Amino acid sequence: MNPGIPLEFYLILASAMFFIGVYGFLTRRNLITILMSVELILNSVNINFLAFNRYLFPGKLDGHFFSLFVIAVAAAEAAVAIAIIINIYRRFTTINVEDVNSLKY
Amino acid sequence: MADFGYTIWILILPLVTFVILGLFGMKLKGRMAGLTGTASLAVITALSYTAAISYFTGGGLVDGVYQKIIPFNSVWLNLTDQLHIDIGLLLDPISVMMLVVISTVSFMVHIYSLGYMKGEKGFERYYAFLSLFTFAMLGLVLATNLFQMYIFWELVGVSSYLLIGFYYDRPSAVAASKKAFIVTRFADMGFLVGILLLSFTTKTFDFVSLTSLDGPAITSTGGAVFLGMSLMTWSMLLIFIGGAGKSAMFPLHIWLPDAMEGPTPVSALIHAATMVVAGVYLVARLFPVYYFTAPEALHIIAWVGALSSLLAAIIATTQTDIKRVLAYSTISQIGYMIFALGVSGYGDHEGLGFMASNWHLFNHAMFKALLFLGAGSVIHAVHSNYMTDMGGLRKYLPVTNITFLIACLTIAGLPPLSGFFSKDEILTAAFHHDKILFAIEYAVAGLTAFYMFRLYFSIFHGVDRHYHHTPHESPAVMTIPLMVLAFGSVFAGFLPFSKLVTSDGVPFESHIEWSIAIPSILIGLAGIIVAWVMYKKENPIPDRLASTFRLSYKWAYNKFYFDEMYIFVTKKVIFKHISHPVAWFDRHVVDGTMNGIAWVTQSVSSMIKGFQSGQLQKYGYVFVTGAVALALLFIYIL
Repeated sequence: MNPGIPLEFYLILASAMFFIGVYGFLTRRNLITILMSVELILNSVNINFLAFNRYLFPGKLDGHFFSLFVIAVAAAEAAVAIAIIINIYRRFTTINVEDVNSLKY
Repeated sequence: MADFGYTIWILILPLVTFVILGLFGMKLKGRMAGLTGTASLAVITALSYTAAISYFTGGGLVDGVYQKIIPFNSVWLNLTDQLHIDIGLLLDPISVMMLVVISTVSFMVHIYSLGYMKGEKGFERYYAFLSLFTFAMLGLVLATNLFQMYIFWELVGVSSYLLIGFYYDRPSAVAASKKAFIVTRFADMGFLVGILLLSFTTKTFDFVSLTSLDGPAITSTGGAVFLGMSLMTWSMLLIFIGGAGKSAMFPLHIWLPDAMEGPTPVSALIHAATMVVAGVYLVARLFPVYYFTAPEALHIIAWVGALSSLLAAIIATTQTDIKRVLAYSTISQIGYMIFALGVSGYGDHEGLGFMASNWHLFNHAMFKALLFLGAGSVIHAVHSNYMTDMGGLRKYLPVTNITFLIACLTIAGLPPLSGFFSKDEILTAAFHHDKILFAIEYAVAGLTAFYMFRLYFSIFHGVDRHYHHTPHESPAVMTIPLMVLAFGSVFAGFLPFSKLVTSDGVPFESHIEWSIAIPSILIGLAGIIVAWVMYKKENPIPDRLASTFRLSYKWAYNKFYFDEMYIFVTKKVIFKHISHPVAWFDRHVVDGTMNGIAWVTQSVSSMIKGFQSGQLQKYGYVFVTGAVALALLFIYIL
């Protein structure tokens, strides 16, 4: 990371990614897009971790560890989520969340 | 003292018989159900007689006083140390006497029914109910405490209901059974309240401690005064209301004539000899309490008994259904017994009324059961209940004729038949107590003779009617009980009753007071002669008399319009002005409130159920908006 880039840039990037992710999560009806939005949110958090680690505790690695941990969890989550999505598709032949409502009311 | 442990079987046997006949009666062929019931009753009768003989020949006598013996007692409901309800057996002169009465009449009715009910649908059901009734009635008289008595009292009411409604496919029988049950239940409410008040004052249900002279009831000061009478008097009066309901006393008598819808042997057993005297038995059982702590109640009892006997006797002279005549006659005779208790004193010769009442109960059971069974035999032969359809039957029914005549002479009070002795003792007790009451009962004695012989002459004398087939005498299984009961009616008067059943358990000597006995014989004879003149041969005198006294005849013929009064009070007053508004209030206000609450909940929930869409994205949207709003709030405002 270039020390010439100030911390605010990273934070702006991270929050932009976060809100794009939230927006996608709330507005999309396609399950895969929703999953992608969740990944965006997680990655914005990773950027935050790394940025703060670099600027506040340059000699330590805690932020790196957390990011790696989040990436591992995200991978696992993606695997599970995609498995669910595939099953939903087989069952309903759609991955639109609004059509998957047979247990509602 | 003899061991009376075996008396428990007197209660167990009929119950077992009831259960067996009730469960397996359908499987028994032909008359087997009846024979089973009769055999069990034979054993019960033997046990009762054994108990009575050993009790009265010294088994119950200690130092010249009849003891109250409790051969069996167990705590049934132990509520607290003080309050517990027992089930047990109590033997004392009146309960032992009742054992004899009930088992004898019930046994005779069981035998008689083998012939009378032959081939009826529900034969085994009939015998099961008879056993149930016998069980309940025996339990009632053997009860050791008021609560046990109340339990069996209700059981008696239920079995009476079941037997009145035996022909349940007849609407009139169903109506009659409901009427009997409701009227007696209504009276039993008084009984229950009375029991509660009495036990509240005395802290006991137990008859032995209630009636002992130093017990809590008799030594009590009577408790708080309410409307001019002490609590004790009120409770005893309320208890008497229960007794009056069961014993069909005025004004609760309306159910008994209708109860004649049941089979005739049932009328003989329940509605003549045993159940209807339960009220007499109740008052006799608690007699010391009445005498010492509630003399006002006893006074009222005397008047109720006297009025009932007079009104019922008047009504009986106009009825044409022979079973109804007998029903009113029963009310009249029970009125006699109640009245005799009301005018009785306590102890030794003072207690003459008590002794006479029980004696009359004993004799009445014999001759009234005989009359009913005789009437059943007549109905069996003629297939009609109305005396206008009968006449000249003495040729066809010789045994019934003679036994019926004996019963009529007995109830008319002619010596040396049993009715004479007990009636004479009652009149003697009345004469020494109250002259007005004596005059009423004296008139009733004449009326009784008149209406019984009106019945007798109309059935067995006069001209032949056109019968569908020639009437024939009933089979031996029906005539033998008639003969046995006739034997009892004739000779029960020679029992030394004052040596057996007395108010305080001490035997005394009683004599016939001829100055009262002779006028009572004369008025009985007068009644018979008047009936002979009017009804021996068909003649216009009865019709002419009826049209001369048209208004009073009509009143009596319509039973003084008691039923109409009850209907008016219940339908026009209670139902219309209380029940209907209450029902309206319940349906519209109470139910309306509940329905309204339910309706509001339902509509609100259907309005807001859309919020819970199940769409996580919508929830997330709300959550994020809220989080952002809060963040802005914390950053810029707080």
